[in-house]
Amino acid sequence: MRTRKNFSLAALCLATVGLHLLTVATGTQFYLTQLTMAAYYGLVVIGLGVLMGYAGQISIGHAGFFAIGGYLAAALTTRNLLPFQDAPPVRILDSLGLLVSGQDIYGEALLTVTPWAAGGLAVAAAALVALVIGVPVLKLKGHYLAMATLGFGTIVYRLLLASPYFGEADGIAEVPAFVLLPDLAGFGPVVVSGGADHRVLNFYVAWGTLILGMALLLNLIGSRVGRALRSLHSSEEAAEASGIATAGCKLQVFVLSAVYAAVAGVLLTHFNGGIGPSEASVMKSVRYVALVAVGGMTNLWGTLIMGVGLTFLSLRGVFGAHDDMVFGVILIAVMLFAPQGILSLRLKELARRLVPGGRA
Amino acid sequence: MSGGNEPLLALRGVHKRFGGLHAVNDIDFAVAPGSIKAVIGPNGAGKTTLFNLIAGNLPVTAGTITFRGQEIQGKKTHQIARLGMARTFQNIKLFHGMTALECVMVGRHVQSRSGFFSGLFNLPQSWKEERAIRARAMELLDFLQIADLAEAEATSLAFGQQRAVEMARALAAEPQLLLLDEPAAGLNIYETAEVARLIATIRDMGITVLLVEHDMSLVMDISDEIVVLSFGAKLAEDTPAKIQQNAEVIKIYLGEDDAG
Repeated sequence: MRTRKNFSLAALCLATVGLHLLTVATGTQFYLTQLTMAAYYGLVVIGLGVLMGYAGQISIGHAGFFAIGGYLAAALTTRNLLPFQDAPPVRILDSLGLLVSGQDIYGEALLTVTPWAAGGLAVAAAALVALVIGVPVLKLKGHYLAMATLGFGTIVYRLLLASPYFGEADGIAEVPAFVLLPDLAGFGPVVVSGGADHRVLNFYVAWGTLILGMALLLNLIGSRVGRALRSLHSSEEAAEASGIATAGCKLQVFVLSAVYAAVAGVLLTHFNGGIGPSEASVMKSVRYVALVAVGGMTNLWGTLIMGVGLTFLSLRGVFGAHDDMVFGVILIAVMLFAPQGILSLRLKELARRLVPGGRA
Repeated sequence: MSGGNEPLLALRGVHKRFGGLHAVNDIDFAVAPGSIKAVIGPNGAGKTTLFNLIAGNLPVTAGTITFRGQEIQGKKTHQIARLGMARTFQNIKLFHGMTALECVMVGRHVQSRSGFFSGLFNLPQSWKEERAIRARAMELLDFLQIADLAEAEATSLAFGQQRAVEMARALAAEPQLLLLDEPAAGLNIYETAEVARLIATIRDMGITVLLVEHDMSLVMDISDEIVVLSFGAKLAEDTPAKIQQNAEVIKIYLGEDDAG
């Protein structure tokens, strides 16, 4: 079991390097930009996959958590704190060395939060919001939980659109690069930014984050807590009778999936250099749900492959103006024809053809 | 925790009302440690409701339930389970998509500690404990003679085998008290005799058993004491031999003589 997990993760690492080499060999390094973005969206999707597939709790509001992460990181690293430099929260940040002075594009003095501190605060905020709404909302089941999380996503979207601080319909631009690590070994610093000279680096940062995220989720699923999640998915009554605090378990994984979405939001916002309200829209949340469904609810590898693959195609503009429609169609088709996910369907059919009379 | 004469489980004046319906009405009884106690009664007598009150699935309207010296009414089901109470279900509740072994491993939850972060980062505590959980679950499957089904999907097993997996899951918690909700329902007479032997063995291992059952032969053979419920109230509480001669019990089971 564990060796299989490590083998799969090693294969994913090799596939990552393979993808990079493939773009080099075919002279299509510009694909790396969309592959980087797709990896971050993949992070959202696998986090949601554990919540939906393993714990059995739907969320049609995960774009909200992505947006909390992305928008807070963007706002804190761009909005000038100079006018508020005597306010207690700003002074505390300053005394901790978490503020950075600079100049804006017009040469005006600028005081902002460092990307590390901003990202940390943004992810913590998303976790806190998940905790606060999770306590009441996770008591709901099925349709009711779906509607409540949809309501949450809508609230975040409308708040962002109505808030001048978050740039209303324009969102936030000019988000600075995020120096993850300073120049330690003479190869230059590790920076999350969309600049062409950082393209290969950012591809590996994004996929490294995705692989790390995947490894942690696979650990969790194979653990005592993961088994508890799967059990409460099937029968909360029997899980409770086995001593599992079902409410607490659901809350933990809900917060974890919100953290995944928020981390993706922070990093992608720095990579893109900005964020707009469409990232918080309900259509984005529906898309994440569709990607989990296509991958197969209880198949985290399927979720990762479909999540990254279809997002990449979407970002390349393969679906054209019908982008959102395509994901709606995918959701309907999967529910009708392959409720276990596309990959399960193909593998079973393939097995049936290859092994006549065998069980498949 | 509980002394020699102290009952393991004691119900005092337990009521459960659903609107105007007295589903359970002023029930008192106690279960001595190391004994097998059965609750019988016609359909609708309130047996399953009583079980749900004890296990914390339903709140009591009035009365107290004491388990190992602690009042447990108002506690959550998982808290009561952690005190050392395990149960099986009348309509089997195994976990979809899990093997028989994994279902039993879930039962081990209360006997293990590793939490969310320990699992997320696969800390030594987590995988060492996991190994012990797996080993103990295999032992229990072996005890129930279904070790060969360990890797089979639990919900696809035959009915009697599913009951055995449920039993193993409950035993995995190393409970002080085992609640069995109609353990012989849907079983044939040979399987029922097998279950009777099993329950006696479990009692001999030091686990106190409280069961709800329809099957009279099972109840009469193995129980130390029997509580008879009728319309939510306690009609009688005695040894099997005395219950069999109790005129009122015979009346509710066989019906009143129409001519009389």
